[in-house]
Amino acid sequence: MDTREKDIEKLKDYKYGFTTDIENIKAPKGLNEDVIKFISKIKKEPQWMLDFRLKAYERLKLLKEPNWQKPKYPKIDYQNLYYYSAPKSMKDKPKSLDELDPKLLETYKKLGIPLQEQARLNGIAVDAVFDSVSVATTFKGELTKHGIIFCSMSEAIQKHPDLVKKYLGTVIPVTDHFFATLNSAVFTDGSFVYIPEGVKCPMELSTYFRINASETGQFERTLIIADKGSYVSYLEGCTAPMRDENQLHAANVELIALDDAEIKYSTVQNWYPGDENGKGGIYNFVTKRGLCKGKNSKISWTQVETGSAITWKYPSCILKGDNSIGEFYSIAITNNHQKADTGTKMIHLGKNTKSKIISKGISAGFSDMTYRGLVDINSKAKNSSNYTQCDSLLMGNKCGAHTVPYIKNKNFDSNIAHEATTSKISEEQLHYCQQRGLNPEEAVGLIVNGFCKEVLQQLPMEFAVEAQKLVGISLEGSVG
Amino acid sequence: MSEQLQSDFDKIVKTSKLSNEEIQFKKNFLNNFIKKGFPNRKQEDWKFLDISQIIKKNISDLSYFNDYSQSNKIDPSIFVDGLEHNKIIFINGRIEKIDFNFEDQNKIEIIDETKKDISFEYENSLIDLNSAFTDKVFKISVKKNYSLKKPLIIYHSINDKIKSTNINLRLNFELGENSCFKLIDYFADTTEKNFINIFYNFNLEKHSILKNYKIDKFRNNNLKYSLNNIEQDNNSVSETFILSAGSDYFKNEINCNLNGEYSSAFINGIFSLKENQQHEIRTIINHLVENTKSYQLIKSVLGKNSKSAYQGRILVNSKAQKTDGYQLSKAILLDETSEFNAKPELEIYADDVKCSHGSASGSLDENSIFYLMSRGLNYQQSKELLINGFLMDVVEKITDVEIKNLITNIIGLKQ
Repeated sequence: MDTREKDIEKLKDYKYGFTTDIENIKAPKGLNEDVIKFISKIKKEPQWMLDFRLKAYERLKLLKEPNWQKPKYPKIDYQNLYYYSAPKSMKDKPKSLDELDPKLLETYKKLGIPLQEQARLNGIAVDAVFDSVSVATTFKGELTKHGIIFCSMSEAIQKHPDLVKKYLGTVIPVTDHFFATLNSAVFTDGSFVYIPEGVKCPMELSTYFRINASETGQFERTLIIADKGSYVSYLEGCTAPMRDENQLHAANVELIALDDAEIKYSTVQNWYPGDENGKGGIYNFVTKRGLCKGKNSKISWTQVETGSAITWKYPSCILKGDNSIGEFYSIAITNNHQKADTGTKMIHLGKNTKSKIISKGISAGFSDMTYRGLVDINSKAKNSSNYTQCDSLLMGNKCGAHTVPYIKNKNFDSNIAHEATTSKISEEQLHYCQQRGLNPEEAVGLIVNGFCKEVLQQLPMEFAVEAQKLVGISLEGSVG
Repeated sequence: MSEQLQSDFDKIVKTSKLSNEEIQFKKNFLNNFIKKGFPNRKQEDWKFLDISQIIKKNISDLSYFNDYSQSNKIDPSIFVDGLEHNKIIFINGRIEKIDFNFEDQNKIEIIDETKKDISFEYENSLIDLNSAFTDKVFKISVKKNYSLKKPLIIYHSINDKIKSTNINLRLNFELGENSCFKLIDYFADTTEKNFINIFYNFNLEKHSILKNYKIDKFRNNNLKYSLNNIEQDNNSVSETFILSAGSDYFKNEINCNLNGEYSSAFINGIFSLKENQQHEIRTIINHLVENTKSYQLIKSVLGKNSKSAYQGRILVNSKAQKTDGYQLSKAILLDETSEFNAKPELEIYADDVKCSHGSASGSLDENSIFYLMSRGLNYQQSKELLINGFLMDVVEKITDVEIKNLITNIIGLKQ
């Protein structure tokens, strides 16, 4: 066995599927006002934050779960979930990494996330979220020098209430759809980033999300604000242990880019996808929305979606500032019984706004994949343009690949172009690769990586390597 | 609304010669419709243009009663010149004349199918409305191996004697093996503010060919809805051409099931809209078996305050390997107030397929206008020439030369 094969063998199963045996503090099961108050109290939140949550909860009572999506799922019993779970050792927050529970450190070591700064990758600052709380944020000193705030959401509420108050809920209002509102009511932690005027963030910022406890929903909230002329690149990764039950993950991510600012948000999503019979796995119902508030601002989403039993998310851009740019690059891979309904929304409001959508979907096994996207050019968005390309690759005849774009052009100065193709890997391509000495699986890996290249090259270097490997692993066993 | 429906229905029962059985049959549809009401934007298919709102705004409340025992006078001035054809004439929702003078009478059969149930499952409440209020339903059956010598033109006309503001028509067609049938729907509206609801059922047997051309050209204030349900057997071909330009509102729906191998469907459409018009084409092509093919080309030219929508859906069943499906929609927006909406959908469950769609919309290309103007045309001429070429592309797809010429003339395009 050569090293490559060994690697594949090692990764054959979901390698992040272990659980950490750790003592937890949990909120009582179920969803009600008391639980929300409990969460708010344990996090020592100010009154305005509690009011924000309760307002969302009031609204939630009126809302129904949406049901227009393609992947249907059994009804979720929201009363049978824990909305707060935190490692006991986090009750009195450790002051430094040395005080951190060694079990937590061990977990993150296993996941390959370097919390100890000496074991770091080339300068990536990490905020690690374990179940409901942020356990550690690295590189704080270095970032503070530049005036950058990178901390957990709870800390931001305590230390930077003005910023949180000003921006939280401005992109995803508390009155949004069911899952977003649920998040607004019960969100537990997440990351907060503020880049001051004119600062180019010197390193990649990263959050790592981990669901550990069972019967727990994870509801984190991320807020990134890029002030005038600033730049930040942000990475997000996620894993969860293997369990037979389905776990809910309903996060909200809000990005705000002011004049001339740029935010690059990359996700490698590798939640536990369930076993090969479709049992277990994470329901990933996430709301991600970016607002290009200022002139010449830019928001770019890159996502590699390989995990989750059901993925249901549409990272969107609201292009409000004149000359603003929105980009969306996505690879979504489904295998076995996974289902994904993902895509983006580009809403053009300002003049000369541009957006670009590149989506690559690969489905294998019994899975189902849907690209759903909206391009809406408002009547005031003069001289705007959009380009959309969504390609799907099918492997086998038990899976499905669907494309559902919504195109609305209300402005005669603006152009929209949309292209989509669906195909399979051709026999000729396979034959050609095999002739040159690759085995069928390697050949498929090569072709798929080529198919995804446009998106992969958008990722920061370290992520790109991981993503490339993931693409290979996710399609294991789908050939032949 | 429901009281109006009920009382108008009772009046029709009184004046018509329907049998008890037929009345009972229609009553079921009426009850279904009362239960469902008009479709609205909450339903995915009606998201872009909400017909219940449009009816409310343009006509307010509809009335449904027409006395079908009285015949109407046929006005020969509406007939199409320059093309010999067979005729079916509908006036105010009543069939006044069925005339197949150019054909071998033994090869065409006309059967009363008023009591025939809808053969497929549907959610669309307009089918219920149609079935409750249509007068007579006929099936036109073309015998095996017969090709009609001349096309059939169906005239949809309304005169000032009309009492209701809603007209419903339904026809069934059966094309026997190896037959060929050309059908033109021609709208000659002389009255205003009616809602016309047309429902055709086509059954294409092996090797048969259907060509359907819908021509709605002359500006009128009527609202129209038309549904074609097409079932296709092996090697059959259907070609549909839609010119959507005349009415205030027109929605054309094509529902095509490719049930037989090597069957193919072609849909070509033109929207040419001006002041306050809102038109839509919605297609569903179901590729159910291997080696089937579909092709769709829809082009819009949108003037002031107009809105067009295209919803195309290609569904490929897991059995339908080697499917070839294609959709293309293009739009030119001429004014700040025009709007184009599209939802080209692919739903694919088989892996060995070639499916693609494209959509593009924008204003006229300034560079092309500049090119033409530098060669001596003025701005208006250059614009017209470009639009002419843009639309001619669709008309060129019409396979019947005689009809192509007719339609080119009707639209006023230059070859």
